[in-house]
Amino acid sequence: MTAIPTNQVCFRTLGHDAPSSLATYESLGGYQVWRRILKEKTPPEEIVEVLKLSMLRGRGGAGFPTGLKWSFVPRTSPGQKYVVCNSDESEPGTFKDRDIMRYNPHQMIEGMAIAGYVMGATVGYNYMRGEFIEPFESCERALKDARESGLLGDNILGSGIDFDMHNHLGAGAYICGEETALLESLEGKKGMPRFKPPFPANYGLYGRPTNVNNTESYASVPIILEKGGQWFLDLGKPNNGGMKIFSVSGHVNKPGNYEVPLGTPFKDLLAMAGGVRDGNRLKAVIPGGSSVPVLPADIILKTDMDYDSLDKAGSMLGAGSVIVMDETTCMVKVLARIAHFYFEESCGQCTPCREGTGWLSRVIHRIEAGEGKLEYLDLLGDVSNKIMGRTICALGDAAAMPVISFIKHFREEFAYHIEHKKCLVENRS
Amino acid sequence: MAKIDLLSSEVRAEIDKWIAKYPAEKKRSAVVGALTAVQDAHGGSLTPALMEAVAEYLDLPPIAVLEVASFYTLYDLKPVGQHKIYLCTNVSCMLCGSDQIAEHLKERLGIGFGETTADGKFTLKEVECLAACAGAPMMQVDKTYHENLTRERVDDILAEFD
Ligand SMILES: Cc1cc2nc3c(=O)[nH]c(=O)nc-3n(C[C@H](O)[C@H](O)[C@H](O)COP(=O)(O)O)c2cc1C
Ligand code: FES
Repeated sequence: MTAIPTNQVCFRTLGHDAPSSLATYESLGGYQVWRRILKEKTPPEEIVEVLKLSMLRGRGGAGFPTGLKWSFVPRTSPGQKYVVCNSDESEPGTFKDRDIMRYNPHQMIEGMAIAGYVMGATVGYNYMRGEFIEPFESCERALKDARESGLLGDNILGSGIDFDMHNHLGAGAYICGEETALLESLEGKKGMPRFKPPFPANYGLYGRPTNVNNTESYASVPIILEKGGQWFLDLGKPNNGGMKIFSVSGHVNKPGNYEVPLGTPFKDLLAMAGGVRDGNRLKAVIPGGSSVPVLPADIILKTDMDYDSLDKAGSMLGAGSVIVMDETTCMVKVLARIAHFYFEESCGQCTPCREGTGWLSRVIHRIEAGEGKLEYLDLLGDVSNKIMGRTICALGDAAAMPVISFIKHFREEFAYHIEHKKCLVENRS
Repeated sequence: MAKIDLLSSEVRAEIDKWIAKYPAEKKRSAVVGALTAVQDAHGGSLTPALMEAVAEYLDLPPIAVLEVASFYTLYDLKPVGQHKIYLCTNVSCMLCGSDQIAEHLKERLGIGFGETTADGKFTLKEVECLAACAGAPMMQVDKTYHENLTRERVDDILAEFD
């Protein structure tokens, strides 16, 4: 295996002293782009074009092209507009934004400032989940330093441009990662997703035009503008620009975040993560966070880690949260845990999701407890299909996709569990 | 006594820091931060009187505050122990042995999830993924993450509270 380049985008401060400090960030070229924009008043359309060329796709889960998203906010419409950073990071298996904020918060801040400039927004909010005390403190320190250096505020460096931002903490609720629930939460309400349309670009925070991006998306922007859209695109592959942070966890020897080119073969990523623990055999991988379809070993071992390849393989890149399971894993138990999560976290607004997630969870737990019947397997598929696409937000889909895929790929194991009232896997972990 | 008098000057200063982040007419955005500040200053849980105090301070109807307090999992509306232990049992932690850690914690503390020790020292909670799966199994004690847990690590962490 040839050495795979790493840490060239959001993690470029890693390996340097005081990676989160302003001095370190600036020594690596940080805030150069922001200073240039302030000085030259780069036309916003030009910035959007570079992002479009780069094929940076949203790192929060849906993979929507960031450049295109930035062109939706009505830049010249009068009145307040906002940029919001989604640092809720609650999708099980995801732990990259926490590290960006702990080790390179300035790059996210610079990305948000640039977004504010492009969209004519003078205020930004970084919404972090309530448990993120350490990232919050890191981001507060970074904001203070950026302000004191005159990089944020009114009439920044005499440019006539204003932009300031604030760190916000939530208080525990997975659903607040959904962008419209996040906006409700930021307004001081329960995190209940809104109907779309209208989209946040037109009706967002406090009813004003708002751009919402993930932490990693914002943090990718400054270096794209520094080195060029083509540079970023070439880091990855066509339609899948750049490096992406993969959060690798579960049964690997070296769990952690790996920022590697999109298109890196899964087997190489697995090797970087030290391989499967104890020399065990790989059984299955959830490649993008617990809501995306699971893939059995034989499929994922032939798949490259990018949006299009994972899509073709029947799953999704999601947030790049790679959960690795070895041969000791009981798939029924894992699915039961996942189903429980989505049931717990449904906000209860839509009937198919509120009732359906409870149904799924109870039926799978019954199988796991040895009280299942074979007809449950088709029933689970039916219920899942009735949730999919019938809810205000995608939490319903997130609950259904794992169920459908686990039963599709591991039907025999579920059947064994039902017939033998026990697990196919001995000494399961 | 007005409910608002329950808020100390330190707590008010903390709430004011949150208020300052949002537009002047959007004080409601500070409710989440305000409730956290009040809960932290009052033994880790919120009473109806405290929630009303927050409502008065932010000029909100009490129901708007109660709604938020009951929606988010980090608020406790019943008395809790001096320290909260949040053990993650989501998939990555489960794959790495959170069941055994759960068993150990329950045995050591003599309580189950959602319960408080008789001496009022610890409340044990089962929580969802805390975005630290590289350090699975992990738990949060009060505001601090503890990763790569083993039974011994758990014992050491608990001993710090003796
Ligand atoms: C149930 C649910 C949970 C989500 N959680 C997150 C999250 O924790 N972080 C995130 O960035 N996006 C999350 N999203 C996606 C956001 O709604 C939104 O698409 C994203 O923040 C857009 O940013 P991006 O284009 O940069 O990816 C979630 C979506 C759903 C439906
Ligand atoms: S599963 Fe426990 S921290 Fe993510």
